[in-house]
Amino acid sequence: MDTFISYFMTSVFVGTIGRVYLLRVDYRQYPSYPRGVIMHLTFGLIGAALGAIAIPALIHKDYAAVTFLALAAEQFRNIRTMERENLTNIEEIELVQRGKSYIEEIAKIFEARNYIVVLSSLTTSALLYYFNNKYLAIFAGILVLIILKYIMKGEKIQDIANVRIGKIWFKNTLLYVDDVVIMNVGLKEARERILKTGVAVVLEPVDENASITLSNIGQRQAIIHDAVAQVGIKKDLDEPDFTPLARRNIDNGNVMIIFYPSIKNEKALLRAVKYAPVLESTRRSPSESGAAYKKEEAK
Amino acid sequence: MNIQLENTITAIVTHDREKVQSGFAPIFYSNNEEESEKLALFIAKITLGMVHNLENGVYVVVKH
Repeated sequence: MDTFISYFMTSVFVGTIGRVYLLRVDYRQYPSYPRGVIMHLTFGLIGAALGAIAIPALIHKDYAAVTFLALAAEQFRNIRTMERENLTNIEEIELVQRGKSYIEEIAKIFEARNYIVVLSSLTTSALLYYFNNKYLAIFAGILVLIILKYIMKGEKIQDIANVRIGKIWFKNTLLYVDDVVIMNVGLKEARERILKTGVAVVLEPVDENASITLSNIGQRQAIIHDAVAQVGIKKDLDEPDFTPLARRNIDNGNVMIIFYPSIKNEKALLRAVKYAPVLESTRRSPSESGAAYKKEEAK
Repeated sequence: MNIQLENTITAIVTHDREKVQSGFAPIFYSNNEEESEKLALFIAKITLGMVHNLENGVYVVVKH
């Protein structure tokens, strides 16, 4: 019994440490500190316990206990729903919205992190029972964590596009960035303010795949939200003229985004855009398809 | 329930009575271009809309 407790505690410990390692409170302030963090740490602890209990249950021929893992999956799907609902509720009152795709992405990541916790505590407990060596088991558990975290790491915008500053100019009332019309701005003061406070960023996709990924509206909104979270925005509720907008050059796939940052630092803005995530759900690779690139038909 | 009209013209402002005569959005006539711009700005602030200029003396306020 004592061995069981000690093995169980070790596995739970590794899993929980994993959740702490995967939990980062940064400029996005999400999960929110301190309550959101406590919530996720508790879920992590429960996940780790479920992972740790599976192997001893199998050894004791208690096959019903393994169904706990199914329960865990159900529980973590609830986390996803919870995150989605939470973010959707506050979305309405965001000055610059995240967009549905980004919300889905965040919810998905939170669910996946819990599975990582389960897998690492499962690995730890399996190795503990098999080799009876604590150090080896802890090491393997942490290794699983690091590997899975590395695999989960998504691409950034800088991996799929060259990012540079674009030129903002007006042709009468039409606002242009480089050669793309962004919108019609009716008021003279608004035009002057746009010229004064606006900074345009041009994303040049590196290939066809990137071009189609960047054309996704959810992806563009996610970039805008992420950048605004870092450099701020000069806009209020009654000034829709100063909403950051993304428009696409249909000929070469370049995406132009105009920002009105409150921290007017072009380098900071470029960095924010470069480090914005490429959303999993918006990623496309037409080059993998035979249709678009006339790959030879399989014989 | 909260129902909003989006991407539709909320108001039309012009000083040229020839250009706009009827429509489903209210039309505000002004005396000159400057007054049009001022009126359009006021209406936009009130309705949280955006002013667009059709470059023929007609301003429309659109809620996006």
